[in-house]
Amino acid sequence: MTIYAQPGTEGSKVTFKPRYEHWIGGQWVKPVKGQYFEDITPVTGKPFAEVARGTAEDIDAALDAAHKAAPAWGKTSPTERAAVLNKIADVIDANLELLAVAETWDNGKPVREPLNADLPLASDHFRYFAAAIRAQDGDHAELDADTVAYQFHEPLGVVGQIIPWNFPILMAVWKLAPALAAGNAVVLKPAEQTPVSILVLIELIGDILPPGVLNIVNGFGVEAGKPLASSPRIRKIAFTGETSTGRLISQYASANLIPVTLELGGKSPNIFFKDIADADDAFYDKAQEGFALFAFNQGEVCTAPSRALIHKPIYDSFLDTVTARTAKAIQGNPLDTDTQVGAQASNDQLEKILSYIDIGKQEGAKVRLGGERADLGGDFAEGYYVQPTIFEGHNKMRLFQEEIFGPVVAVTSFEDYDDAISIANDTLYGLGAGVWSRNGNVAYRAGRDIQAGRVWVNNYHAYPAGAAFGGYKSSGIGRENNKLALDHYQQTKNLLVSYSENALGFF
Amino acid sequence: MIAAAVTVPNETHSRVSLNDSSVELLRTLWVQYGPLMFHQSGGCCDGSSPMCYPAGDFITGDSDILLGTFNIAPVGAEAQPIDFWMSVEQFQYWSHTHLTVDVVKGRGSGFSVEAPEGVRFMIRSRLMETATPFS
Repeated sequence: MTIYAQPGTEGSKVTFKPRYEHWIGGQWVKPVKGQYFEDITPVTGKPFAEVARGTAEDIDAALDAAHKAAPAWGKTSPTERAAVLNKIADVIDANLELLAVAETWDNGKPVREPLNADLPLASDHFRYFAAAIRAQDGDHAELDADTVAYQFHEPLGVVGQIIPWNFPILMAVWKLAPALAAGNAVVLKPAEQTPVSILVLIELIGDILPPGVLNIVNGFGVEAGKPLASSPRIRKIAFTGETSTGRLISQYASANLIPVTLELGGKSPNIFFKDIADADDAFYDKAQEGFALFAFNQGEVCTAPSRALIHKPIYDSFLDTVTARTAKAIQGNPLDTDTQVGAQASNDQLEKILSYIDIGKQEGAKVRLGGERADLGGDFAEGYYVQPTIFEGHNKMRLFQEEIFGPVVAVTSFEDYDDAISIANDTLYGLGAGVWSRNGNVAYRAGRDIQAGRVWVNNYHAYPAGAAFGGYKSSGIGRENNKLALDHYQQTKNLLVSYSENALGFF
Repeated sequence: MIAAAVTVPNETHSRVSLNDSSVELLRTLWVQYGPLMFHQSGGCCDGSSPMCYPAGDFITGDSDILLGTFNIAPVGAEAQPIDFWMSVEQFQYWSHTHLTVDVVKGRGSGFSVEAPEGVRFMIRSRLMETATPFS
């Protein structure tokens, strides 16, 4: 067990600057309008640093820097770019605890998560795309004896990326690694709830990248995100967030005729077939944990298994067991490595979760566990903590249909396979899903029948580089985490070459 | 409290309201941004919240339903209409609930215009007296 010292106290792994500027053209740049906003740690609900409040003028400056850097960066060899990405990965690994504490302080998540998941995944992502870009070939077709079509990959140029607050560093890396590997220059806008941890990372890796290849402008969506997303000076926009903003960004992109990739969340079903309980063994234990993972990262995961569908014959026994297991989840100081459930990322997030718990009760859903704000007392009394909450109800309730983005699971039963698939697919979204069964045939078929971009079979919440990630239905457009993502950041150049000396004969 | 005028065809009950703090905030934002609109968001992160945009900035279409129109102008003053939209597919799951727009302290909400004020709009819900839940 380790309890990390709070930032600002003696022995802390990270020392935040009192004020953070924009990172533009390889240096810290003050906001043109001179305005700043406070970054609040959800751990205590108190501000801990000031952050530049970007506006259209700052976005323009960042775009200037990116356009200056893009041509040379786009001409570097894949070998050179891969070396840069690998260096960044090494720096992340070498500063694991510092970055983990910064991430926890910015976001509220229990520190064991950035230590064991967010940051190791982030460095591995850079290494994966370093490898992917080196292994990527163009292709060619010999159309006839004298005519060859060559397809080359070229970078898009300057791209915009808007990042969510639930995994501030990892979500930035998911977008940065393929964009940089493909040779693009980036203007990135972090979430205003979690603007600082990515800047702590930049302090460490800033000099590895040529100036202007990566530019970071903080600020509010309407003031900084909108001028970035609507700029005619970007060749692509990538966004992770919610549906209205996703549509709005698509509308801006359509005005500029640029491609857009969107990751817009979900309401992921986690299906437990009866045969999981055939033996009380390691697999059954794993399946139980698979249920409790709804509380992972306080439920602030786009793919949170927030709808649990349990086969009727085992409904009572399984739900009893997993309720008892969830009740043992340790909620407490996010800087304690034993803590399993930390703070929600912001006050409005806390309020929204509580409003959902309220409508759930009104709709007649039954609270099986939790259902209240958690008061941890002391330093944490003003922090944003919610008890892991289990509701029983049915799939037409709003609890089952909306992404609460909190440690709240809605549980219902199903009769048979067809019923399970029907309930699972009765949602606007299609990002993630889980299937648990000892019968490989059932698990395979369910995995194929569920309309979601990622179906975990006999596991959940794994995000290894290499496994394509993205949504069906209203969950978005595009894929990340896989070499497919390179395609979202590349143009295709076709060189159609004639090796014949002879005229066509038309004129 | 302001109840929206009914705009859903064949309905007689207002589906959405503004509480006093949201009216006050909207009047301030109107001065800054001009005419406004809401689109109820779903999904990730900042989702499931009403997003407030300059009117017309968000293009609605046949995939959206107008849940109601507010007039936030004081009595006797020139009308200040604000439409409240939701996607049709989302409405299918929300139709049994009445929505009240509230304001809470907070940080960030997509491109919604209230975020720089350190607050954000939020939905509070109650079951509609006249709608049969889950019918």
